[in-house]
Amino acid sequence: MKNLIEIRWHGRGGQGAKTASLLLADAAFNTGKYIQGFPEYGPERMGAPITAYNRISDNPITVHSNIYEPDYVVVVDDTLLETVDVTSGLKQDGAIIINTTKSADYLRKTLKNYSGNIYTIDARKISIDALGKYFPNTPMLAAIVKVSGIMSDEDLLEDMKSSFKHKFAKKPEVIDGNMKALELALKEVKKI
Amino acid sequence: MSIRERLSGNEASAIAMKQINPDVVAAFPITPSTEIPQYFSTFVANGTVDTEFVAVESEHSAMSACIGAEAAGSRAMTATSANGLSLMWEMIYIASSLRLPIVMSLVNRAVSGPLNIHNDHSDAMGVRDSGWIMLFSENNQEAYDNLIMAHRIAEHKDVLLPLMVCQDGFITSHSIENIELIEDDKVKEFVGTYKPEHYLLNKKEPIAVGPLDLQAYLFEHKVQQAEAMKNAKKVIKEVSEEFEKITGRKYSFFEEYKLEDAEIAIVCMNSTAGTTKFVVDELRNKGIKAGLLKVRMFRPFPAEEIAKALSHLKAVAVLDKSDSLNAIGGALFEDVTSSMYTNKKQVPMVNYIYGIGGRDTTTDMINSVYTDLQEIAKTGNVDNPYRYLGLRQQ
Repeated sequence: MKNLIEIRWHGRGGQGAKTASLLLADAAFNTGKYIQGFPEYGPERMGAPITAYNRISDNPITVHSNIYEPDYVVVVDDTLLETVDVTSGLKQDGAIIINTTKSADYLRKTLKNYSGNIYTIDARKISIDALGKYFPNTPMLAAIVKVSGIMSDEDLLEDMKSSFKHKFAKKPEVIDGNMKALELALKEVKKI
Repeated sequence: MSIRERLSGNEASAIAMKQINPDVVAAFPITPSTEIPQYFSTFVANGTVDTEFVAVESEHSAMSACIGAEAAGSRAMTATSANGLSLMWEMIYIASSLRLPIVMSLVNRAVSGPLNIHNDHSDAMGVRDSGWIMLFSENNQEAYDNLIMAHRIAEHKDVLLPLMVCQDGFITSHSIENIELIEDDKVKEFVGTYKPEHYLLNKKEPIAVGPLDLQAYLFEHKVQQAEAMKNAKKVIKEVSEEFEKITGRKYSFFEEYKLEDAEIAIVCMNSTAGTTKFVVDELRNKGIKAGLLKVRMFRPFPAEEIAKALSHLKAVAVLDKSDSLNAIGGALFEDVTSSMYTNKKQVPMVNYIYGIGGRDTTTDMINSVYTDLQEIAKTGNVDNPYRYLGLRQQ
């Protein structure tokens, strides 16, 4: 892992992109890293495009600005691809991870200014299979961990299990589903 | 052992308040400080604090309730931002003139209008002459630490002034970052109990608080406030040194970052100081002698000390996150330049108004300031000392 990893999340209000960025910060924190997790607050409404950020490092982080040249971009909703410049500033040696079932041709064409790595994952299918409901943030969290190598699969699963136990103390029935979503996502995120 | 945690600036502030366990918290929600009373009210509901939480109907009432509580002899805290502080305005001056050591968490946000919920320092700058001690915080850690130190400073018998701890709205208030918390018992021991000398509920000493004060004595009472503000310097130094002993974290009137051998430097406050440190490191790697002076204690203003710390530089830029709209420059710039003048230090200085209404302050912007400073250092000339940073060109 590089000394400083910068990640930008694109999602729509209500999909949990902000929560996913905070979960990633939590998980990285628990492996001993210095972390930042922060959303860019705008006029937020359900369905409106939102942006969230992570910085993860072995050293203290002092920069307090948004991220303009991320190492990784995570797109939680593929309808944003045609309306938001999601690859803006994305490093060519980095990667974009998209929750989509669209074809490689479509993605290459739509992200025409970007020639770096593209990863896809069908977070909807994973979420429905594992949880019976559409919560894309858990699979996307696993996908970014897998692609970036911020931590090992085992560390992620172990850490998330204990945080789900804490978070869902009052509805333990969803813990297994969320764990399954993570495991499936770790396997199914693919480079195109 | 300190406790390794990750918290937002608002969470950290609420936890500081929980550990302080004040007698009264009175607050009204306003973005971006809402979470502080929100989290705190859960501590009240869960019984983890003994505090009387007063859910008032406005910020004017929040400050009034704090004034009443402190005058009665108890310890009171509040939190607010921007227009919430504006609505407190009348009571802000009453709190300081009655010498009530109320502690406020001010999560800095642009004062309307037009309506803006994002960060700048226009709220804090509006009350800079109100007789409150003002401490600024770069990140969640400093917001937490400054709150833990606040009552010891404010309640000291040589001070007795209200104190506000500032941090940048959203930028640090809503960003999750690493933090080292102090154990509850250590905080309790450090903060101590509040034993006011004079208070309304003391039946052995009936007193009046806030009566009419006309030509005969108001002047003298204002001088007492001014003297208390001067005394605060000594107390802030002592309390910060004691704090360092229990935490290892050093706090002074300001932080000098690679300033000692610097040729050019930026002076700024709050989160921008962190971004500036990153740029200073990059410039140092290129052999450019850049430095930073981060002001922590804005009121009282450490004029002599700042003048001394900047005296060896070839050029200085002061960054103001609020425009005073006075055709001269921002409030921090005025204070720094007059400090230099009265201490007979002559260094070319330039002011940048930046970050207004939440305009993001990037490392590129900070870099451009150092580039300007290198030019000023070469020639010694400042054509226009009142500039903007990050302003749209079209």
